[in-house]
Amino acid sequence: MPKSLHRALEPFLIIVGSLSVSMVLFGAFVAAAGANPFEVYQTMYRAAFGTLFSWQNTLIRAAPLMLTALCTALPGYLGLITIGGEGAVVIGGLLAAIAALTMPTAPPMIVLVTMALVGMVAGGIWLTIGGALRHYRAVNETISSLLLNYIAIALLNHLVTGTFRDPESLNHPSTHHIGEANMLGLIPGTDLHWGLVFGVVACILTWFLMHHTVFGFASQIAGGNVRAAQIAGLPVGRLILIVCFVAGAAGGLAGMLEVAAIHGRANDTLNANYGYAGILVAFVARNNPLAIMPVAVLLGGIRASSGLLQRVHELPDATVLVMQGIIFLVILFSETLYGRFSRFQKQGVS
Amino acid sequence: MAASRKLTRRQLLQGTAAAGALGMLGRLDWVGEAWGASDKVTMGFIFVGPRDDYGYNQAHFEGKSAVAKLDWVKAFDEEKVPETVEVQKTMESMIKQSGAQVLFPTSFGYFDPHILKVAPQHPNVLFLHCGGLYQAGKHPKNVGSYFGYIDEAQYVAGIVAGGMSKSGKLGFVAAKPIPQVLRNINNYTLGARSVRPNCTTNVIFTGDWSLPVREAEATNSLVDQGIDVITCHVDSPKVVMTTCEARGISCTGYHCNQAKLAPRGYLTGAEWNWAKVYMDYAEMIRKGQKVPNLVRGGFKEGLVRVSAYNEVVTEAVRKQADAAKAKFMSGEMVVYKGPIKDNTGRVVIAAGKEHVQTDIWLESMDWLVEGVIGSTKS
Repeated sequence: MPKSLHRALEPFLIIVGSLSVSMVLFGAFVAAAGANPFEVYQTMYRAAFGTLFSWQNTLIRAAPLMLTALCTALPGYLGLITIGGEGAVVIGGLLAAIAALTMPTAPPMIVLVTMALVGMVAGGIWLTIGGALRHYRAVNETISSLLLNYIAIALLNHLVTGTFRDPESLNHPSTHHIGEANMLGLIPGTDLHWGLVFGVVACILTWFLMHHTVFGFASQIAGGNVRAAQIAGLPVGRLILIVCFVAGAAGGLAGMLEVAAIHGRANDTLNANYGYAGILVAFVARNNPLAIMPVAVLLGGIRASSGLLQRVHELPDATVLVMQGIIFLVILFSETLYGRFSRFQKQGVS
Repeated sequence: MAASRKLTRRQLLQGTAAAGALGMLGRLDWVGEAWGASDKVTMGFIFVGPRDDYGYNQAHFEGKSAVAKLDWVKAFDEEKVPETVEVQKTMESMIKQSGAQVLFPTSFGYFDPHILKVAPQHPNVLFLHCGGLYQAGKHPKNVGSYFGYIDEAQYVAGIVAGGMSKSGKLGFVAAKPIPQVLRNINNYTLGARSVRPNCTTNVIFTGDWSLPVREAEATNSLVDQGIDVITCHVDSPKVVMTTCEARGISCTGYHCNQAKLAPRGYLTGAEWNWAKVYMDYAEMIRKGQKVPNLVRGGFKEGLVRVSAYNEVVTEAVRKQADAAKAKFMSGEMVVYKGPIKDNTGRVVIAAGKEHVQTDIWLESMDWLVEGVIGSTKS
């Protein structure tokens, strides 16, 4: 067996085991709530993966999570716990919409590219603020990134109810529409917008960056031991800023996609908690961009199944939140299992 | 290494078997895109918040529960559906996986772009949206909207509040300075001032539809200013009502009946009566009648009502409130009759001019009436 596969086996089995334990616990919870757990799982499967429609339902929910998960996952390589994805989404979406509105006569392709760039730069700068505060002023990045979310949301509400408000949007303050011609279309033959493709590409590219480049190697060293990295002469500050920027850019892109593919305007729906759901995805995927993809699909599937659970079993929406919570906790506990199974440890050489 | 190789193969087999079993599980129970096989009217309701929020969503859920009792109606619902692409998927899922014939996406933000995107793809399904946004010629034919003039009920509640207040100072916890909310604030104040001309309403905007902590802070700060009756326009009035009760002042409710939360101080409240709307729709659909694209109404049409008065409300105040209600019922009440000044002293409606309830001019309200302390800019 190739070495890389052998190395991947331990986390894979631990995660599969954790998910199985979660399913048993959630099954017990559902039974306590008066529903048959086997029927509930059957319904969930049908709603999330049972038909072509279900798959599209799941994937469309997974798409933004892949991008927002990167907001937490990438800084994780440097040992930072960032929860600022929500702010990056909001700022990215807001500025992308504003950018589109400043160029009413440009061809759609130019508008979309500009929107994407502006959204990514805006989201990137937003997360970089937290990274810079961490590195230069030793401000806790978890707190600062959380607070930056609130600032982003306040800024969004301020601008869409004031300066950039479309006067026609009476009871739902929004910016002007970016124009139907400028909207991002669907992937041919499906009901999915291009966000899914962007999410997959972003995950693969960042995985390559973090695992197969000198830059990624340096980041992992800095994440493992900052002092050692500094003694080795690594530019820790620059690494932090660049990684935070790339992470925020992913979030900003998610915001731009919300505007360009779905709403056509920036308004308070940008603040749809994709950023916070992304934190969960990143934790479960243990910050690995490749693992983010299946985890986002799993979480998308859980979210997609909520509807049918409510309709068929009359369970409240909170049921799927309980499931997410159980998975999250069990995965966190499972962290303690790494290195405990001698089968997976290197034998002979230490 | 040999040991681990063997293990992998076995696990691979087990995994494949498990995946296959799971796959069959799904296929066995597959439900097609068929309509409800029976002659039942199948209705799907979509709520943006929890069903039991003591507010906007509960009002709709109560309406849904009433219509679900009819044995020829099959009704189901989903709560906490965000105003993103998720609501599009929820609508499609209700149509494709549960055979819904008519959908009631009840949140304002579901309309544009979500309903407008899904409706043309399902011309046989009715999309009835709560919010009154339908425009003939512009929107798909299988789309409709319904909304109630709940500001009429706020006017009556304002009379009760103004009549019962000891200080003459009322409070209003509002989400956003948008026309619908401003209209409620203005009606509440005009109602109060119709029985107590020097009455004032302090308004605090929290900034969003559901911010419980800020709503509690706003309520407390109003109480600290000597205000003794408070109402609100947020998604869930629960926090405002319980805070008022705990602080020992009175309140009037919004969306649905919150008397249970504040048995001592809950004077009355402005309520929706969605059960009436949903029953009417169900009846029309059952009989195969054409469903009107726009349904609007207030007291007279039975779309809004006020909660039963608290026993502490005096006879004199009840009479004044009932008299106003009777005028709404007969259709002779005009709230926006000049001269009316806004709270900066500008005359917004000249003497002799009047704007009846259905006047489109009222839909773009951006001012606060004289007697309101606060600003739409806050």
